[in-house]
Amino acid sequence: MNSETQRLNSGWHRFIDSDLLYSFRRSPVTIVASVVVFTLILAALLAPWIAPHDPFDVSTLSLLNSELPPAWVEGGDATFLLGTDGQGRDVLSAMLYGARISILVGLSSVAFAMVLGVCLGLLAAYVGGAVDATIMRIADIMISFPPILVALLINGVARGILPPEMQHDAVIFVLILAIGLTTWVQYARTVRGSTMVEKNREYVLAARVIGLRSRTIMAKHILPNVIGPILVVATVNLAIAILIEAALSFLGVGMPPTEPSLGTLIRIGNEFLFSGVWWVVIFPSIVLVLLVLSVNLLGDWLRDALNPKLR
Amino acid sequence: MLAVAFIAFSMFSFVGDPVTNMLPQDATLEQRTALQERLGLNESLPVQFGKFVTNAVQGNFGISYRNQRLVSDLIAERFPATMELVFAAVVMSLVIGIPMGVYTALKRDSWLSHLLQALSLTGISVPTFVTGILLILVFSVWLNWLPSFGRGEVVELGWWSTGLLTVSGIKAMIMPVITLSLFQITLIMRLVRAEMLEVLKTDYIRFARARGLTNRVVNFSHALRNTLMPVITITGLQIGALIAFAIITETVFQWPGMGLLFMQAVSFVDIPVMSAYLVMVSLIFVVINTIVDMLYFVVDPRLRVDTGQNKAGA
Amino acid sequence: MTAQEATPPVLDIRDLHIEFDTRRGVLKAIDGVSMQIAPGEILGVVGESGAGKSLTGTAITGLLEKPGRISTGEIRLEGKRIDNLSQEQMRRLRGREIGAIFQDPLTSLNPLYTIGHQLVETIRTHLPMSMKEARQHAIRMLEEVGLPAPETRIDQYPHQFSGGMRQRVVIALALCVEPRLVIADEPTTALDVSVQAQIIAVLKRLCREKGTAVMLVTHDMGVIAEAADRVAVMYAGRLVEVGPVADVVKQAKHPYTRGLMNSIPTILNDVDRLEQIEGSMPRLAAIPDGCAFNPRCPHVLSRCRTERPDLIAVENSEAACWLVENPVIHERHTPATPTTGPVADHCRGANA
Repeated sequence: MNSETQRLNSGWHRFIDSDLLYSFRRSPVTIVASVVVFTLILAALLAPWIAPHDPFDVSTLSLLNSELPPAWVEGGDATFLLGTDGQGRDVLSAMLYGARISILVGLSSVAFAMVLGVCLGLLAAYVGGAVDATIMRIADIMISFPPILVALLINGVARGILPPEMQHDAVIFVLILAIGLTTWVQYARTVRGSTMVEKNREYVLAARVIGLRSRTIMAKHILPNVIGPILVVATVNLAIAILIEAALSFLGVGMPPTEPSLGTLIRIGNEFLFSGVWWVVIFPSIVLVLLVLSVNLLGDWLRDALNPKLR
Repeated sequence: MLAVAFIAFSMFSFVGDPVTNMLPQDATLEQRTALQERLGLNESLPVQFGKFVTNAVQGNFGISYRNQRLVSDLIAERFPATMELVFAAVVMSLVIGIPMGVYTALKRDSWLSHLLQALSLTGISVPTFVTGILLILVFSVWLNWLPSFGRGEVVELGWWSTGLLTVSGIKAMIMPVITLSLFQITLIMRLVRAEMLEVLKTDYIRFARARGLTNRVVNFSHALRNTLMPVITITGLQIGALIAFAIITETVFQWPGMGLLFMQAVSFVDIPVMSAYLVMVSLIFVVINTIVDMLYFVVDPRLRVDTGQNKAGA
Repeated sequence: MTAQEATPPVLDIRDLHIEFDTRRGVLKAIDGVSMQIAPGEILGVVGESGAGKSLTGTAITGLLEKPGRISTGEIRLEGKRIDNLSQEQMRRLRGREIGAIFQDPLTSLNPLYTIGHQLVETIRTHLPMSMKEARQHAIRMLEEVGLPAPETRIDQYPHQFSGGMRQRVVIALALCVEPRLVIADEPTTALDVSVQAQIIAVLKRLCREKGTAVMLVTHDMGVIAEAADRVAVMYAGRLVEVGPVADVVKQAKHPYTRGLMNSIPTILNDVDRLEQIEGSMPRLAAIPDGCAFNPRCPHVLSRCRTERPDLIAVENSEAACWLVENPVIHERHTPATPTTGPVADHCRGANA
């Protein structure tokens, strides 16, 4: 156990040493981006406490309050800062809850894809042979298809398999599954590449000679070395995952209106567009774009900082 | 292709029972069996798969569960709309993306480059449907300049229907094309920039500069041409991605293309249409890959090994 | 001083400093280098990788890239300063007055154009010739560098040539408008040994014929011995020794040069073990005070650790070494008065 924490520590130290902090402080855009990301995550986490209304409590909804514009526009109501939608739901509150679901789905699917991809990548590199060929062949096929299409298909199939009465509860897991299965390839490729290199280094051979099991070797010795690239992939993929979720929800095959994510909110808002009710669609869009943009900026910075050569 | 066929077929067998979706709640058992027989669902799985493949090769994907029409007819009807949209978007992303990429690579430190770089990251971060909705809001709802849905008037040229020959058709195309190409423009720009920076570091560019060639010749005749090699490949791949993105764009603008057809099929679990769409998309992939390979052959003399027919330099 | 001479040297570098601004401070990559090359002369520049040989060549062609910059010093081409020219003026000089040959012929030519295209575009950039004339001229150049069947091969692409043939094409490209000076940066390093001698012979013959001055950058002492008239030895961004090739090879004055010469295997030297210089060249960020070579020098004096030696004339050469002034090992030392001949005039220490 002790040796493992030491390994991780040394990995962590190298991580910090790689000019990371320096380039962070040098890049104001990155600082702003990370502030935005963490504010949004925090706001989303605290949604039940900071949201002015509970958008899901039907008893508080009143059609009298429907389609109210934002507070600063004529006809607006100060209690509904960003206006209300067709059912009198507070847009701000719905957005906070929506961001919560978007971020939850994003993070979970990234975690899922990462675990899946890293395991498959390690397996492919370490076992080699037919296992390697099969895994990488599947990866090739997956990556040659646009992610949205793959996610749509997996999502569709999963919904088809599930009995209708379970569909409503399971929809969030179906989404996570679909997005995760769509995006694991990059992790697997990255890990496989690095592992192929690390595998033949002396310290891994030495670990083998003293009789450590392959699983132990992989976990303790190889994994810490590929953590940097994986982190970059994960950050970029978080943006992609959030986008895919939003797209699926927008297309009507993601989160249902009773439990809306940002994408669902935009879908709902889209229906009001022609009556000039712009606020229902604009505000969730802004939050979504801000979130994805900030995550992308972080990813860009992380990639540059970890690979000075690319600059 | 076979993999796709297999996936398409697996959907057939795994995804629920379409019969339930198609018949009214109070359908009799006889009605059910009749329909099952008509759709060929009463046979064993391998037989179904075999039939599926033979039929698919002949362009026969069966009958749509939803509106009881031949799937191949449906696809043929929608195919031109999607293709016009996608190719207009490709042309636009190349025409705008390449110059922007070249500019940002050559003038790395100018303020305009920084601005374009920032915009490109924004472009990648804005989802297609948000772009579309914003465009509709501004140009259709507020300004009332452009139509927000459909293709406008189309002209039939044999089996191909085109929107490019009428004013309303072109007006209807503007916003969908911008929506679809925005992401691609930023992608092409970033790709061209990265490739060009890479090429500018190579020995032959340094040597070209050392020979005193003008910047214009070095940058455009030497660096750009070498830069465009990988851009060809990526553009090819991106056409495939565009067809997929078109699903979203077509939904936003109610564009009567294959993507919209596919989405309608998804919500009705209309498997024959879904699998036909898949097979169609992968067919387009294969065709594009072949074209890309051929283009490479034209552009890169190294692939034309000693044919002796090379163009004179002078 | 040099000004007294009737014809100025083709290349005259005076006290050149090149610095790199990095976030960890300013790195001195070239620190007070001066050298001159007369018309028709071949000056060999040798040293380990990172000693600043190629960088000097790059600075002369005006292709130094950020964050590198010339901080002080002058570069003169036939008496005119060229280090302060505008980009466009410099571009006109490149190829026209200063030719360049790079290390790797495999990557120096654009793979997408025929060699004829690349030759013609170079010729027409600098000389007022029609397409047809330029093509004829290109064919003549290819013939001069010894490319067989130039009329047909001119329309071929670089990948259809062998490495040696490609380097001949590169030489033709560098010399096609008869520049006054050619910077040849490791022109033979990437080639087979059997081809190296041919390439050197072609380069040498053409420069003699046309009176072109050559700066031959290499770490290969064999190439130097064969081609160069004089040799400049660089170490850690500084010039440590300059002199006629025979003197430097056979009677090196600087301990570093001697170490360099002793580490060359020859058939005649029947030794079991090659000598090597202990240690390695310091990184630019950690160049010691005094003489940069002092940590590795077998004859180090206390003075070498604090005071930096300038080039001091000794016999036909000049060396930046205190040992030369206090001849501990050189019995045959002559006083450091300027000797006659081109050497003393062409090579002057940084602060002489």
